Amino acid sequence: MTTRAALPVRARPLARLRDPAWYQEYGVYVAVAAVLLFNALFTEHFLTAGNLRTQLVQVAPVVIVALGMALVIGTEGVDLSVGSTMALATALLPLYLGYGLLPALAVALLAGAVVGAVNGTLVSVVGLQPIVATLALFVGGRGLALVMADGRLKQIVNPGLLSLGTGSFLGIPLVVLIAAVLSVAVTLLVRRTTFGRQIVAVGGNRSAAVLAGLPVRRVLIGVYVICGVLAALAGVLATARLTASDPSSLGTLMELSAITAVVVGGTPLDGGSVRVLGTVAGALLMQLLRATLVKHDLPDSTAQIAQAAIIIAAVYVARERRSR
Amino acid sequence: MAPSEAVPHAPAQGRTARPEGVTAPPTGDAVLEARSVSKRFPGVVALDDVSFALRAGETHALVGENGAGKSTLIKTLTGVHRPDGGELRLAGRPVSFARPAEAQRAGISTIHQEVNLVPLMSVARNVFLGREPRNRLGLIDFARMHRETTELLDGFGLRVDPRKPLHTLGIGTRQMVALARAVSVDAQVVIMDEPTSSLEPREVETLFRVIGSLRGQGVAVLYVSHRMDELYRICDRVTVLRDGRHIHTGDLAGLARTRLVSMMLGRDLSEARRTGPTGLGGAEHHTARTPVLTATGLDRRHQLHDVSLSLYGGEVLGLGGLLGSGRSETAKALAGVLGLDSGDITVGGRKLRRTGPAGAIRAGISLLPEDRKAEGIVPGLSVRENIVLAAMPRLSRFGVVSRRKQDRVVDIFMRRLRIKAASPEQKVGELSGGNQQKVLLARWLCLEPKVLLLDEPTRGIDVGAKAEVQGLIDELAREGLAVLLISSDIEELIEGADRIVVLRGGSVAGELAGDTVTESHLLDVLADHSPVPAGTDPAAQEDPR
Repeated sequence: MTTRAALPVRARPLARLRDPAWYQEYGVYVAVAAVLLFNALFTEHFLTAGNLRTQLVQVAPVVIVALGMALVIGTEGVDLSVGSTMALATALLPLYLGYGLLPALAVALLAGAVVGAVNGTLVSVVGLQPIVATLALFVGGRGLALVMADGRLKQIVNPGLLSLGTGSFLGIPLVVLIAAVLSVAVTLLVRRTTFGRQIVAVGGNRSAAVLAGLPVRRVLIGVYVICGVLAALAGVLATARLTASDPSSLGTLMELSAITAVVVGGTPLDGGSVRVLGTVAGALLMQLLRATLVKHDLPDSTAQIAQAAIIIAAVYVARERRSR
Repeated sequence: MAPSEAVPHAPAQGRTARPEGVTAPPTGDAVLEARSVSKRFPGVVALDDVSFALRAGETHALVGENGAGKSTLIKTLTGVHRPDGGELRLAGRPVSFARPAEAQRAGISTIHQEVNLVPLMSVARNVFLGREPRNRLGLIDFARMHRETTELLDGFGLRVDPRKPLHTLGIGTRQMVALARAVSVDAQVVIMDEPTSSLEPREVETLFRVIGSLRGQGVAVLYVSHRMDELYRICDRVTVLRDGRHIHTGDLAGLARTRLVSMMLGRDLSEARRTGPTGLGGAEHHTARTPVLTATGLDRRHQLHDVSLSLYGGEVLGLGGLLGSGRSETAKALAGVLGLDSGDITVGGRKLRRTGPAGAIRAGISLLPEDRKAEGIVPGLSVRENIVLAAMPRLSRFGVVSRRKQDRVVDIFMRRLRIKAASPEQKVGELSGGNQQKVLLARWLCLEPKVLLLDEPTRGIDVGAKAEVQGLIDELAREGLAVLLISSDIEELIEGADRIVVLRGGSVAGELAGDTVTESHLLDVLADHSPVPAGTDPAAQEDPR
């Protein structure tokens, strides 16, 4: 295997099919294309503007959360508290909508930043393992949200907030537009800024980053804050689409969807690389797969099994590549 | 170094009387024997035809520098590795261990520096782990376990409540518990790998007493340490390994320390100074009058004791010492990576505040770390990004990296250091060791430092790259940079350095300058035959003669 992988790819076109690096790099895009192709051939009314629009609107919150998750995973971390952060955001919105839409949004996003700052501090200053540090707010965040909302579901009537969920610009739903703009922004952040490159360096070799005088703590805290704010934003958008604030169920299992999108997108779990577009494609793949199976009248549980298979494939490819 | 503070002064032979009650002389039978043992790893021969025998009741020192094969030998003896050639004999019979557990069952116990016990369990449970005494109902007989543990530890002169969780005890006591466990499983051979490196002097005394009682019971002890004083105090015989080969086995009494050190390092005392096969210039550099960097009284528990040194612009200061003497720790302390308990560092007349590596870098100190893979390269990033890693803030505006500025810097240094890569975008993990090292040098040089600390800059790189790096060190010193060079390669150190500060046991053992920068002088100081240098705290000295 090793010798084959060492051969120039162009000399043997089939060689790339044996190279795990190639799958990790492009596999997710190929899979998205394959699902689309399958649907174009075998599913009625799939490749219609209406259906694609629905799919994109549904996947947008996952994409937004996964963008933050990709940054955290790039530092060899993980953030389990994103779903609870969404719940916190949704619980805070009705409490502050009386002061106007903007103050309520600001409070919700600020809550996300605070959660992120706590996570980041626990990881970088206290030195807890990310999975343990973020577990605290995974459990506590939702509890806090329920306390603030008196455990009740509240209808949202603020027209400004509702238009975030239903409005569109040039025919593109606002939710999708926001997710797209954020994807571009995070791509630029990772590729072009000092901060972005430091994220990758901290994840790639923490000791080397420390010795090179990188502000490791600041980078870690920053990454978790970004992740928290993005999760809170996803919470706001999901609330707008639901037209209700429901802290008991909003964002449940979101952490797993986000991690799945990142991993399927080819970002290694052991840090040192952030693949933003891959993450977006990963989220999209999971969404399309599920929609496809549902359209073919297969139960939702089949979709879960198919998703599990893809996750295992993604992790296997990453492991094969590392062992080279 | 600290452990011998409470110890009676050594007689002229460098060997004290053993602790009381320990008189049994080593007997002649070999308990554990390695015959022509070889072990190869991809690319290296870790053990090459090594033979040696451990006798019942003796304490046998195993010494050697980095890469000598000590750990491989131990791992082969304890079933972690299987030898590729040769055989092991236990009490005269050939044995072969597939797993460490088999070696343990056969009576070979290993005490590691990090004790392999369960911290949350009680002392007694740890001693009896896996072979707990049972009562009639098949339950653990705690009363008996606690009683036997107390008796066992009493035998070592150790008063510990057997019910206490292990993690509440000091490291030294934990090691004793590990030893107690080893002895109570009827070990015939106990292997100790640097047992004293994190012990207090008092704990060292207890350990030596326990080793003494093991000797009385006819247990063979293989004692790995780089602390000469300890070896001469408690060991009967010594085996020297170097580059995976057996160099010497013999009685320790009567073996001159200088001779032992030169066998470890593989240098003959007669070799001339500055002979010139390395790429280092040899000629002295023009040294500035005022020091660029002054360090005074650097202190860190268990690692550094009152280390002081000055670095002048335009000179290469060598930092000599055996394994574990505190060379890397000194460099790391200067670079702000290792925290200090006390001590001052001044750069260019300004005192360095303890702001970590970032502060040291701002002050103009750059450290090329010893472990290239673990502390140097970021393997998944490109050559370009690895070079600019530390300089990134200087090459960006408003947090956005300027690709143009980066490319210019990268181009300059790839050319100057002749870094061979397909392109600046190639991942650094794919380069050869020598080119990786050049990338790291470029990372530090592009910060335009005043002081460059190089920890083993030529270790593990090919001959060509080695000469290039050595040539570069020489060139940098000529340009006025202050360079601190740490090297286990004696030749490189002697030829490269204008001055050499020698460390031993975490404190300054001596300084060589001018005509005394020779191998024989260096070996003398390494082996502790030099007068106590002025200005050092006598209490911190290894051997208060």
